[in-house]
Amino acid sequence: MSGPHALVSLRGVGKTYAAGVAALRDVDLDIRAGEFLTLLGPSGCGKSTMLRLIAGLDRVSSGELIRRFEDVGAAIGFVFQEPTLMPWANVFDNVFLPLRLRGKSRRSAAPAVAEALSLVGLTGSHEAYPRELSGGMRMRVSIARALVLRPRLLLMDEPFAALDEIARLRLNDDLLRLKEATGATIVFVTHSIYESAYLSTRIAVMAPGPGRIATEITNDAPREHFRDSPAFAALCRQISGALHQAMNE
Amino acid sequence: MTRVVKTGERLRWSLPPALVLAAALGLWEAIVRLYAIPSYILPAPSLVLTTLMSDRAILFPALGVTLGTTLEALALAVVGGVALAVLFSQSKWVERALLPVAIVLQVTPIIAIAPLLLIYLDARAAVLACAFLIAFFPILSNTALGLAAVDHNLVDLFALYRASGWRKLLLLRAPAALPFFLGGLRIGGGLALIGAIAAELAAGAAGKGAGLAFRIVEAGYRLNVPRMFAALFLVSLAGIAIFASLSALSAYLLGRWHESALKR
Repeated sequence: MSGPHALVSLRGVGKTYAAGVAALRDVDLDIRAGEFLTLLGPSGCGKSTMLRLIAGLDRVSSGELIRRFEDVGAAIGFVFQEPTLMPWANVFDNVFLPLRLRGKSRRSAAPAVAEALSLVGLTGSHEAYPRELSGGMRMRVSIARALVLRPRLLLMDEPFAALDEIARLRLNDDLLRLKEATGATIVFVTHSIYESAYLSTRIAVMAPGPGRIATEITNDAPREHFRDSPAFAALCRQISGALHQAMNE
Repeated sequence: MTRVVKTGERLRWSLPPALVLAAALGLWEAIVRLYAIPSYILPAPSLVLTTLMSDRAILFPALGVTLGTTLEALALAVVGGVALAVLFSQSKWVERALLPVAIVLQVTPIIAIAPLLLIYLDARAAVLACAFLIAFFPILSNTALGLAAVDHNLVDLFALYRASGWRKLLLLRAPAALPFFLGGLRIGGGLALIGAIAAELAAGAAGKGAGLAFRIVEAGYRLNVPRMFAALFLVSLAGIAIFASLSALSAYLLGRWHESALKR
């Protein structure tokens, strides 16, 4: 599936920063509705830059980026590497923010905020302040905030990198459940081969200097007990090989 | 139970400084009595207290004048400092144009400006202007720093949701700048009192003004040293009250979320 069927299309996209640093060159990619696409690659290969371009936070230097939806602010949810919560606001107000910026009152937004918090398993924490929460809980609030407008496209920039392994595994499972429940298309950036293999329906392996997509791997294995299956181990080996090759190209 | 714990905690905090203060005052009293030091050289604390009560009709109105000027100047400094900091955050051009003027006003000693202001303005307005000038800069510079020191990811988030400039200011930059502003306010509060006293001294020397500093100068001319000490005590008390009130305001506004105000 490509072209008009994709939610976002990148055609020959390049990004060069003001200092002359080329972050991306000639990237062709279609983000298909409903997929879980992971951008995997070493540091400095332009993964985060690509997310920022898709979100409209930066402009492409060359090529074309086509978004096939109106109202980018409502259609895209963004989760950063850090939870990026407002420390002066409690959980409710942090999740309420996107609705508030669209002119909703607290009262009319309350059901949507409660639903988003329940999706990430944080019912009953409305009054807590970010500093009173664990790292994992803060990230859940951040995800709830990204989901509160029911975006079609959820962009996640290494959201679990700073968490411990147990919290990370739990959030991986929760993210898959959440995707099932919302039907959102997810573009996920990670350094982790295991995480990319476990979560994704498609993995774009990126190479550095300047960043480009080296290869794409599709994962259509059944999800049931996937982490313990031989298919998971085989996929990890395949991704690892592709990553190794991309870095040595 | 909680109340008992809180009272105990408060006592543990306030007991050491209270003991040190009591010991210092006791030592002072003892030295004055033991060596029979005349009151025009060093009055005993008990005499300072007696003078404070006997001269209250002169000293307390003067305290009211100084405190009134200080608070008025601080309020003006808050309005001016915050407004200018917001302007700076909205326009680099305005910042480049006006910041040097603010710095010149800050680095010029207020005591050197006061005589000039007394020529151009009446005594009350000159004292107010001095107190304002000295309190203004820390509020301006701290608030401007706070408005600029916002998490860049949060700035991106507001950009993603297409927030207007005003919404960004009210919902993001202003709360992020609050701890910085309150830090500047605490410095400015103390400085406003210093500015008011310095200007009153200059005005008092010219035979004008009725604030505490003027009463100190006047008592000095009459060698009424106990009254000088009593007036000085009131100045210190005013400074402590301003600092304590602003610290309480800071704790109230930042208590649940900012590291500087958290109790551990």
